[in-house]
Amino acid sequence: MNSTTHHTNDKKKDEGLQLSDDLLAALAKFKKIELEDFQLEAKELEILFEPGMAANVLPKLKLPGLAAVGGKPASLLSSPFLPPIEKYPNRIAEVKLGATKSEGGTRGKTITIGGELSPAFYTFENPTPHKPAVTLDVFDMEVPLSKAVKMHVKDVVGDPAAWAKLAVEKFGADMVTMHLISVDPLLKDATPKDACKTIEKVLQAVDVPLVIGGCGDPVKDTALFEEVCAQFPGERFLISSVTRDMDVEKCAKFIKKAGHAVLAFTPMDLNFARELNRHLFDHLKREDIIMDLTTAALGYGLDYAFTNMERARIGGLMGDLELAQPMSSGTTNAWAAREAWLKMSADWEPRELRGPLWEVTTALTLLTAGVDLFMMMHPAAVKTLKDVTNYLTANKKADPAKFLDWVKVKA
Amino acid sequence: MTDMAEKKKGGLKELSPIAIYKNLPKTNCKECGQDNCMAFATKIVNREVELEACKPLLKPEYAKQYATLKELLKPAVKEVVVGVGDKAKKIGGKLVMYRHELTYKNPTAIAIDVTDEMPESEVVARVQKTENFSFEYIGNTLKLDMIAVRCTSDDADKFKACVKKVSETTKLPMILCALNPQVMEAGIMAAPKARPLLYAATAQNWKEMAELAIMYDAPLVASSPNDLNGLASLAKTLQEYGVKDIVLDPGTFANEGLQDTLNNFTMLRRAATKAGDELAGLPLLGIPMVAWANKGDTADDLIKWRESYIASMLVVRYADALILHGNDGWSLLPLAVLRQNIYTDPRKPVAVAPGLKVFGTPDENSPVMFTSNFALTYYTVASDIESSKTNAYLIVVDAEGSAIDSGVAGRKLTADKIAEAIKASGVESKVKHRKIISPGKASRISGEIEELSGWKVLVGPRDSSEIPKYIIDKWQP
Repeated sequence: MNSTTHHTNDKKKDEGLQLSDDLLAALAKFKKIELEDFQLEAKELEILFEPGMAANVLPKLKLPGLAAVGGKPASLLSSPFLPPIEKYPNRIAEVKLGATKSEGGTRGKTITIGGELSPAFYTFENPTPHKPAVTLDVFDMEVPLSKAVKMHVKDVVGDPAAWAKLAVEKFGADMVTMHLISVDPLLKDATPKDACKTIEKVLQAVDVPLVIGGCGDPVKDTALFEEVCAQFPGERFLISSVTRDMDVEKCAKFIKKAGHAVLAFTPMDLNFARELNRHLFDHLKREDIIMDLTTAALGYGLDYAFTNMERARIGGLMGDLELAQPMSSGTTNAWAAREAWLKMSADWEPRELRGPLWEVTTALTLLTAGVDLFMMMHPAAVKTLKDVTNYLTANKKADPAKFLDWVKVKA
Repeated sequence: MTDMAEKKKGGLKELSPIAIYKNLPKTNCKECGQDNCMAFATKIVNREVELEACKPLLKPEYAKQYATLKELLKPAVKEVVVGVGDKAKKIGGKLVMYRHELTYKNPTAIAIDVTDEMPESEVVARVQKTENFSFEYIGNTLKLDMIAVRCTSDDADKFKACVKKVSETTKLPMILCALNPQVMEAGIMAAPKARPLLYAATAQNWKEMAELAIMYDAPLVASSPNDLNGLASLAKTLQEYGVKDIVLDPGTFANEGLQDTLNNFTMLRRAATKAGDELAGLPLLGIPMVAWANKGDTADDLIKWRESYIASMLVVRYADALILHGNDGWSLLPLAVLRQNIYTDPRKPVAVAPGLKVFGTPDENSPVMFTSNFALTYYTVASDIESSKTNAYLIVVDAEGSAIDSGVAGRKLTADKIAEAIKASGVESKVKHRKIISPGKASRISGEIEELSGWKVLVGPRDSSEIPKYIIDKWQP
């Protein structure tokens, strides 16, 4: 009856991910699918205990004239498989994000990532210490969004607090990324003080840990992050991001003083990542740093992002301390691929499914490379990523009894 | 040398060019395209050329040396051929575990199923749809590879008729799926020389299946779901029995079974590549189609979604062949693109040469645009301009191989570089206007570009598919 309990627990855990009715109205086609899937879970449970199903699969064999001849084995030989277990000299740093009241912040919960002892999900070797987390993107002004994404957030664009609430309560986000792009001198050139007002509203609206994102201008971001650190010490934000062309020492100092964690962003080059981490190590602890090694979309350089991250993770485990940090991925970049959003010929439609599957495929590829924190966009993609991370850490033995049923499935 | 290193085959670092050279004909004939035999040996060690490029080596007098070299270069995962003729598919043949070690060989073969209880018209339609699947992607055509024929009827005659129909409809290799050896034999007899992959030998039926594999010279799948001891034992038994080509099925499980699935595939591949385990060193078959078993009332689209992401995870985690049921373009395209991505050369630069590219026959009033030198960005933009037959100049800026948005964000595509590129391109002597169209995703830096270059920047569309329309609607020199 162990499995029953397990299922029940998992359903409870997943409740946050279920999509509510008003969202479902907007999801149109997807709505039906989601509900039916949840109904199925209960049905599968029942099927699990139906005996005798698999017995029909294998016919009873009695072929004449097949006795052992000429040294051929007459019965199954035994050849045990030796599991190839390796030991690694190092483990990945563990980083905690968010702080509760007793820890000096205002968050209702905290998220810890990293701490791996093996490559991603080599659970035959070591358990996965923490499930990878998902943080959803929220922007403080209108941005170009693909249709498949926009249909889910159109009511909250322009209202970051409402957007954050939607992300957490309806889409199951573990965290929220507040992108303060309005401070961009080339966009609205809002002041850091204005931006902090937005953060205050989001802090009020949700109780999950926050990622604070800048605009990409090295000078303006430094000013923004300095103000954020001055106004919100102790919240244990993830400051996203510090890059090589910023005043790294200055940033590291005010981030340290406010007790936040930092996202070290480098453009797809492990030497740059090492160099930036070295600078940060002068001021911050390993437990304060997450790396963003750059995410390219499926079809647009995902292979490079994947290999870069896989190498970084293996290097980190093998003792390269400059790479032994948890990794974050801007998985939303998947939508930069035109195949994710473009209306294509009927053979490839509907894009409402193709698009989020593009984001899922990008995310799961990087999940197997070792990413610990996913910055994502589409609710269906988020749900699948969370489901898969639950599956990969469920420690439930796959039941071989009915596996061969697939041959006769009448699909 | 340790035991493990001795056993390891195909390892790149263990092989020296000298070891190869010693066994070459040493004629320095240059027939292979290299300057001499030593240069050829170096290329061989780096896996940049095939041994068979050395024509003298294939002569009878060098048979012994050829065999020695073949053994030295044997991959960690055996290569198995499914099917015959032009469409025959090689699976396995892997040399390494991790992509960064060396380009993966033989992209995961993707099979789509039909069953012997489908109406004939549906069988034909599904086979044709599989055969006609085609997507143009940076100079490659993405295709599907095989047809899995499943016996759901348990009727030998029906299975035979279905296999016959499939083999008349397509030359794509087949995977015949039937656990009853009598049914399987009926199926093979419909295409006795087609060398289909037989699915599958189990602990129950292995002897009869082995006989069929030997008799028809067909590769055989050993299936032992979620039991690697059982799988190694079965593979060992089949080998001893005389089956030449074996493919492993460690079981594919959806949902919570994914954890064991990934562990099994990963352990097998690591045992093959890092520990020289020859029984693990056989191609791996993944079956994302299991998502359709016990589907209940779940919507088909959700099953296709699940099947697709399981397949994608198995492309990354070492599957050499996959069987799927869902054949919608939206669910197969991400998988096909991912497979192409994972199997590219990790060492090959993604960038194209920066500089001025000329499209059509532009004149002094034609539009000037810029883009980054990231290969994918460039080819996408170039194909959009070409297909619309627009006459234009395109300045390819050295953005260190970044796409537009990540290049701007990561300061690899800067106003400085763009201003420099405009100057270096010589376009100022080719047009009399001073207007340049910027990608929409680089709009942030358009002001800076104007300041530094003195050119007026027109912010173009965010996606290059809209360039032709933009030029018709907006371009004025």
